[in-house]
Amino acid sequence: MITKEEVQHIAGLARIGLSEKEVEIYSKDISSILDWISELKEVDVTGVSPTAHITGMENRLREDAQIDFENKSAVINLFPDRKDNFDKVKSVL
Amino acid sequence: MIQELHNKLINHEITAVQLAEEYFARIEKQDKDLNAYLTLTTELAMEQARRVDEKIATGIEIGILEGIPGAIKDIICVEGYRTTAASKILDNYIAPYDATVIKKLKESGAVILGKTNMDEFAMGSSTEKSAYGPTKNPVDLERVPGGSSGGSAAVVAADEAVWSLGTDTGGSIRQPASFCGVVGLKPTYGRVSRYGAMAMASSLDQIGPIANTVEDVAIVLSVIAGEDRMDGTSAQSPAKDYTKYLTGEVSDLKIGVVKEYREKLTGGAKTSFEKVIEKYEELGAEIREIELPHAKYSLPVYYIIMPCEVSSNLAKYDGIRYGMQAADHEDTTLDFVPEDRNLIETYLDSRRYGFGAEPKRRIMLGTYALSSGYYDAYYLRAQKVRTLIKQDFEKAFSEVDLILTPTTPSPAFKFGEKTADPIQMYLEDIFTITANIVGVPAISVPGPPVSTQADASSSRGGEVEVDGKKLPQGFQLMGKWFDEENLLRAAHAYEINKQN
Repeated sequence: MITKEEVQHIAGLARIGLSEKEVEIYSKDISSILDWISELKEVDVTGVSPTAHITGMENRLREDAQIDFENKSAVINLFPDRKDNFDKVKSVL
Repeated sequence: MIQELHNKLINHEITAVQLAEEYFARIEKQDKDLNAYLTLTTELAMEQARRVDEKIATGIEIGILEGIPGAIKDIICVEGYRTTAASKILDNYIAPYDATVIKKLKESGAVILGKTNMDEFAMGSSTEKSAYGPTKNPVDLERVPGGSSGGSAAVVAADEAVWSLGTDTGGSIRQPASFCGVVGLKPTYGRVSRYGAMAMASSLDQIGPIANTVEDVAIVLSVIAGEDRMDGTSAQSPAKDYTKYLTGEVSDLKIGVVKEYREKLTGGAKTSFEKVIEKYEELGAEIREIELPHAKYSLPVYYIIMPCEVSSNLAKYDGIRYGMQAADHEDTTLDFVPEDRNLIETYLDSRRYGFGAEPKRRIMLGTYALSSGYYDAYYLRAQKVRTLIKQDFEKAFSEVDLILTPTTPSPAFKFGEKTADPIQMYLEDIFTITANIVGVPAISVPGPPVSTQADASSSRGGEVEVDGKKLPQGFQLMGKWFDEENLLRAAHAYEINKQN
């Protein structure tokens, strides 16, 4: 069982603000999902390598060349808060 | 259907502009009830259609998809248009570029009508989790169209588009295709570039087409497939003209059927599936019983790998560079002035008000599974079990060419039927999820429909209807890695020979 304190800790790590009610719901939901997926414990995985890429693709190399993105103003227009062409970020402290 | 419309265009029976107008008129008339479109890209569509008409008028030969109207799941970026992933956190997001698939479709001359509804960030199996209200199933408005690409399946079924694109992470193209009675293909992992599609779970996601026929799906795949320098996971296998393989012949193919799956089925879905097996036998394919001993772990493997990758992929939606920032949100219950939020409070509240319940649940689950001390027990173990499932498939594919399963355990369910318990909804994907876990291509094709009466006797339970209405029920074929040719060939052979 995941406690409410654990849920609040995870929510902090995930940067999600939660209401009291949500904390309760997720404590219940996440616990039941974890119970459900715990059947994986019965599988013997001794000596089995984890899958990193399903079709076995390995290091893809390409030229380290810059491509200019032309539509810069469209990106700037998406800033929620801006000053001139800068994205305005809230105070860190 | 695409070939027919193409012939009409080149024989001057209809213009591309008229065709697009016809579709917009139908959308105008029907979509208030269906809610399958979130945004119409009318200006783009009409401009594309005019260009096709000019070409035809000047005697220039046009491609097969040129002037043919389609729709795009709202998780794929179309430059200059709103792309929301059906989430409030991207409510005001205007895509600054085209996804690679959109670039290719535009180059092919296809006409894009609009963006379709879905479960928020592709997380769901019914479109009930869209922040913009659910889409209804055109076959029966009381039922869900499936999900997460529910809008993309519904527009094709309701003839509000000839073809559409969806994305599939655990069945999100195939399950709605099955529910709406259309064809849906999840190509091999890496077959289609995902650049410009918002990532959900990067080791599982794939873009694919939905259409009325296998041939139409093959036509769209031929346009969108291929390597892309903008997506490092796209496969170095060149795109082909997949329609060339649709010979109607299956007598050289060995098709595997999983005993356990077959035994688990009940009600109308069982009858429907058995008829599909009979049909393939009748067409000369060899049916073989196969075993996939670890496939039963696919769902728990998925519900570890997927949320972990979700928690990482959705970290970027923080209200800083684009999307909804908490300051935009008017919440009268707040006991502080929103403008006074510092950086961390902006993150917390942007994500609190921007995300719906399902993305939050999955981000939380993934964050937990990846947090210190749990990585080995969850993510690493899941990736090891994934290897075992893949080995099962390698063994099976040394004996058979294709694997045949139902797409879903039962036909479309009613609104609200599965929203209370997340696990009930997750079980919807039991037959489709394995193809994503192992990366193979898989297609859902309409099989014999199921009467709602027959379905009432199934495990769905409780629901007794005697109106005798038939609901679509799809079957699924899975192929070898990068063998879309045999997959489409077998699907097509069934389609042209069915009597249902």
